[in-house]
Amino acid sequence: IKEEFVPFLLNFLRDQSSQTLTHGPTTPAKTPSTSRSVRTQDFSDRRGNKSTPIQTSRSASRVQLFSPAPSVSPVSGRGEQETPFTGSHCLSGVSALSSPSFSSAWSPAPRNTPSERRSAQRPSLGDFMTSPPEAQQHRGRRRSGGFGGCASGRQTGPRGAVSEEGVRWDGGGRRSRGVGRIEPVSPPTQVQLNFNNLEDFPPVGAAQATKPSRRINPTPVSAERPNSKPKSCFISTPLSLPASPPAIPESAGAKLTAGSPHSLQEERELLRKERSKLAQQTSSPLKTTPVICTPTKTVHRQGSKVTPDPQSPCPDPNKVTQKSELDLLAELYCTCISENLVPCVFLELFFVLQLLTSHGVSVSESGEEAISFCEDNVLEKAYLGNVHNCVYFSVRVLENQFELVSHLDKCTLRLLSENERVGTFSSSLKDHLAQAQENCTAKVLPSPPMFVHSVPFQPATDNRSNFSSDRAFHTFKKQRDVFYGFLREWEDSHKEPGWDFEAALGSRVRMMVSQLTAAGSHSHFARLFQKQLIQMCKGPCVLGSSSDAPDADLLGMLGADSLGRLKRLQQRLVQPQGLIGPCPPPSFPGHQEFFKCFLQTASCCQLNQHLKDGLCQQLLKLDEVSILGPDASPARGEETGDGDMEQQDEKQRFSSVLLTARLLAKFLGFISFLPYQTSELPSRDIQDTAITLRSKSSPVLDVCAVLRSSVHRRRTILTVPWIVEFLSMLDHIGPLLPFYRTALCLLLQIYKMLLGRGGELCYMNQLLMVAVLGWLFQIPIFPEDLFFSTDPKEEVKELENITSSQGLDTLPLVDQQLLYTCCPYLGEFRKLLAAFVAGSTSKSGGLIRKITPTSAELRGPSTSRSQQKLQVDLEQAFFHNQPPSLRRTVEFVAERVGSNCVKHIKATLVLELVKGGEKTLRDSLGLEGVNTAKLNDSICAQLCDAGMQALETATSENAPGAVRVLLPLETSPSVLTTAESITTRLATEKACSWLSANITSTLLKREWKSAFGRVMKSVPSSVSLDAEEGEGSNCTHKVPLGSEVMIEIKVIIANWVSEKLYKLVKTDSLKTGGLLMVIYTKYNLMLRNEKSTKLLKGNTQFTQLLSETISYQKCFIVN
Amino acid sequence: MMDSVSSSSATVADKSVKRMQICRAEYRVIGRFVEQLRPTRQCMKTLQTQFPHLPPSTLLSIFSQEYQKRMKRSMARHHAPDVIKEYYQRYRSEAKTRPAAPLLLELANQVDLSPALLARLIVECFLEERQASVGASRHVLNNMLREPYLIPDLLLAKHVEQCTVNDCCYGPLVDCIKHAIGLEHEDLLRDKLRETHLSFLDENQLRAKGYDKTPDIILEVPIAVDGHIVHWIESKASFGDDHSHHTYLNEQFWSYCNRFGPGLVIYWYGFVSELDCQRDRGILLRDGFPLDIVTLCQGPARGRV
Repeated sequence: IKEEFVPFLLNFLRDQSSQTLTHGPTTPAKTPSTSRSVRTQDFSDRRGNKSTPIQTSRSASRVQLFSPAPSVSPVSGRGEQETPFTGSHCLSGVSALSSPSFSSAWSPAPRNTPSERRSAQRPSLGDFMTSPPEAQQHRGRRRSGGFGGCASGRQTGPRGAVSEEGVRWDGGGRRSRGVGRIEPVSPPTQVQLNFNNLEDFPPVGAAQATKPSRRINPTPVSAERPNSKPKSCFISTPLSLPASPPAIPESAGAKLTAGSPHSLQEERELLRKERSKLAQQTSSPLKTTPVICTPTKTVHRQGSKVTPDPQSPCPDPNKVTQKSELDLLAELYCTCISENLVPCVFLELFFVLQLLTSHGVSVSESGEEAISFCEDNVLEKAYLGNVHNCVYFSVRVLENQFELVSHLDKCTLRLLSENERVGTFSSSLKDHLAQAQENCTAKVLPSPPMFVHSVPFQPATDNRSNFSSDRAFHTFKKQRDVFYGFLREWEDSHKEPGWDFEAALGSRVRMMVSQLTAAGSHSHFARLFQKQLIQMCKGPCVLGSSSDAPDADLLGMLGADSLGRLKRLQQRLVQPQGLIGPCPPPSFPGHQEFFKCFLQTASCCQLNQHLKDGLCQQLLKLDEVSILGPDASPARGEETGDGDMEQQDEKQRFSSVLLTARLLAKFLGFISFLPYQTSELPSRDIQDTAITLRSKSSPVLDVCAVLRSSVHRRRTILTVPWIVEFLSMLDHIGPLLPFYRTALCLLLQIYKMLLGRGGELCYMNQLLMVAVLGWLFQIPIFPEDLFFSTDPKEEVKELENITSSQGLDTLPLVDQQLLYTCCPYLGEFRKLLAAFVAGSTSKSGGLIRKITPTSAELRGPSTSRSQQKLQVDLEQAFFHNQPPSLRRTVEFVAERVGSNCVKHIKATLVLELVKGGEKTLRDSLGLEGVNTAKLNDSICAQLCDAGMQALETATSENAPGAVRVLLPLETSPSVLTTAESITTRLATEKACSWLSANITSTLLKREWKSAFGRVMKSVPSSVSLDAEEGEGSNCTHKVPLGSEVMIEIKVIIANWVSEKLYKLVKTDSLKTGGLLMVIYTKYNLMLRNEKSTKLLKGNTQFTQLLSETISYQKCFIVN
Repeated sequence: MMDSVSSSSATVADKSVKRMQICRAEYRVIGRFVEQLRPTRQCMKTLQTQFPHLPPSTLLSIFSQEYQKRMKRSMARHHAPDVIKEYYQRYRSEAKTRPAAPLLLELANQVDLSPALLARLIVECFLEERQASVGASRHVLNNMLREPYLIPDLLLAKHVEQCTVNDCCYGPLVDCIKHAIGLEHEDLLRDKLRETHLSFLDENQLRAKGYDKTPDIILEVPIAVDGHIVHWIESKASFGDDHSHHTYLNEQFWSYCNRFGPGLVIYWYGFVSELDCQRDRGILLRDGFPLDIVTLCQGPARGRV
């Protein structure tokens, strides 16, 4: 059920919005073809209109599938607009709902419905697009049909189905909520409403019955589905009757009636033709668009022309209608997106952005129209019928899918956050976007103009001893130069108008290849070819997109506002460039085109065979490449430093491996399926024969085995992207072969099950796979029926039998740069948004694209290249002509030495440094007025410096020796020295980058922080001692006990008395003794009365007493 | 001819005192001027006074190349059998009347043919006539030109010698000189490299390793000149004009690029400046040993993060 629902939902949304989107272009008379074409294209492709080659087949399928969405067809949409519903209809709808007859009504129509509808719809679409008058006819027909008697009967049926769906979905929503992905679903009542609307369409049911709903051939509806659980659910939910829902069923009915059986056959024929056309045109997707678009437009225009509103309506949150329904819709939609239930997540995102940037009819118009027409024709509520709703819906979805959105590139985020519509509708989203933009460190940089490096001549593999004869050797010597000659010629001239590879180079290429054949040196040439291919095409293709790159920079610098103006200024410099949408057909951008054309032109089976061998071998080797994860993932917090350093390297390595593998896989696919490529889809008979024939021979690469093993070992992030590239090259028959069908199903399962569930996968890894898979599922070669028809559970068990707990999938390997390199079509979001900013001004009918003047700067005088860059280049160049082993050795040693240094530093140096720092801290704390924060910083800096120095000495001590030992003895001294110094530098760089990343941030600082804390703790305690002193019982230790004092005094007095006084006053000795007694008594009294804690007081008193006593005695004595 | 040797060796010494990169327009001017000149010392002097800002060696090289082109163009005209016969007859008849005069030189000047080439034609005819056979072997002919006293006819020998000695563009002596200049400059290049402490492999070492194409120098550790990476250096002791450069490109420079990456070509006698347009594709032109060399820094100092 799910499977049928999703397509339905998607179509529904497309249909709903079609009106708004199509209107957009027309409304502003000024906004010419630019926006128009864009729109139309989307529209058409959404529609399933064949006109756009890219998506054509897809869309077509969709339409058919969902033909259920009767309203889907543009015609109906128009109809709607003209005749919006009114409240009365709603009421009627309600009544219909309440009426008990649902189920019965349902049953009769179902079987034929789908086909009929489809047929009706079908023709209308195709005709419509190509020839407006016809379309109009259709329209008329339809409409009348819509009002026909059928409609009433129909209503009920759909109802039931709908309610069922609604319930189920509600459940789904909840489930997802549990997962935490989805926001809480709105209250059930509303849900019902929504669902009703959505699913009232009988087609859904139909779709269900016929699994391959996407198929062109209408399949009879099986009635099984509608009755499953529906009514009870429906009833159980307390329904507030929806205002709009009833309208839908009617419309459905109308559609049904409209569908005239006779046209079906025609339609199909038409479709078929269109399809083949599309297939042919895939290579040049944009060509056809304009032609088709125009008619569509004109048709639509009629409606909009009436009210030419020069300014596109400004979406206003207050004018949004049916908010709750829209919320629900958005939620549903988001669930589908989050759960990978839609074939291509990014296509949906694109759609959402289109909604966001739609130019709808101005409010007043639509409103009026709606009111005026509502009574006449209630087809369906136009949820997305006006800009306000579209934008609202879109913003809701964006909010919900924020995580996804936030991973787009910086420019897109900026454009989005500066989009006034986003700001108006959700300031929080705007804020979030702005924030995400801040956090988005990754830049999508245009890689520097690539230097055409040749494949180095390596005596070990290329000198005479590697050839069977002198002749072969010399032939190859010549052919190598000839090949590069072609390459240069192609570079110079392929962009000139009228230049044609075959015409210009064809005979020479074949001559060259035939000489290779004669000399039997194809294996050498295949190796050269493959190496050169990798060298030139591995990175993002500069050649093709060079003019886009500065655009991105510009965007980043200027932001949306000024960009708009700038763009307008630049109009004279621009040429139209249509949006190609997020799912362009496979292409060979940049230099790849040369290699492709070369192979095509040469069409040499020997060369191809050698290439296949080489490509296969290297692909499998790359697929096995081991990428290390951080050692201890649990201790990640502590290990960040070391881990990060190595992780960065591994990430780079991974991205290089992945890009290479994708490139090679694409060419392997290209060569492998080249013999079977046909411009048109072969007829059924031929297909069957071909399938029987070809399923006997073994495929070039056991894709399925590779895929399964990658799932088991959790290496899908590496394997899936290149397999996708390989399979994207399939010929028409290819996907029908059991073998490749299995492979495609496997991919589907991975998409639906593994990726949909999320979980262990790293988010960016997941995103990349979702992007490439979604793309594969949308390109023409992918069988239309497959996505929604396969049962994802089939092989899941097997797939789930994951043997390794740790694999590449769980490592954070993909970053934004890699994502955009692999999926350049993600840049379409940026283009779309930028086109919106550029607004209606451009007349050229496409997205504005700069002519290249700016890029001249980039390429500009090499003198501006910084010395640093030059050094890096020199270093790369150094390895170029050395045997590959030299590079491997250097990199290995650098990696190990660097890593060892870091370990050493961690183990010993950090401690020492921290200790030193601690001492410094203590010392300086002794001084007055020390700012501890500053002190902390400066000590940190000192520690860093010391660490750096230690690192440098350590690496320069260790690296050269290691390199020396590992390189062959014969290595020339200068090469050796250079290798040593490069190694040392690399090692130091690695260690230093670790150091600077961690000393300042984590490790040393952390150690230091704790040391700092320790010191600071101890210092205050010593300071506070003074204050505390004397308090509490411990003070007694510091002051002699009273009794002791008395004893002493007694002794003193005794001596005094006996030795001196006694002599003077013998008789008065008694008196003195009496005085002493008084003192003693007093003291004892004191002890008794006071608490021991207050001895201090006592002591003072006692001291006082003593002094009194003494003075008294003195007096006494004197006296 | 001594002249040309001395002048060329002088340039090696005082190189790059004068500007040696000439724009194409100026080169055309020189080319047009040179059209009327003959390969004689006198003409060389004229040329030098006409373009005093250019080093004599550069002018000589330009002239020599232009003259060779001219000779190739007129080859058919001079080599027609009846024309050759006529030249020979004229020589023969004049040799009888005034044997002491520089007959062949005069004739060459008259018909605008290189004296050395004319001498070759005449000797060829002479041998043919004597032996009445199909023609002497190339080897014998070359030897006679190289050592005129081998020619049985003493008078002819003298005239031939006069031709080869006075021709500054053709002839065995000029060939020797050119070869020597080439070697000298290669040597100069090696010295410069050693001076700069750049280690390299030369042609012979490369050949021994089995390279299929061998530039004069491959640097073991690449350098950068003017921001461009240089892996190999090719020394050309001549002026780089369009024609010769394109020939070299196709036969040598691109091949080097295809195997060893970007490199440097030194045209010691200068070149047409517009030809230095393949820098981004890996061919950099210079008219002398570069002084602005950037090498890979030794030591880890720069690697600081």
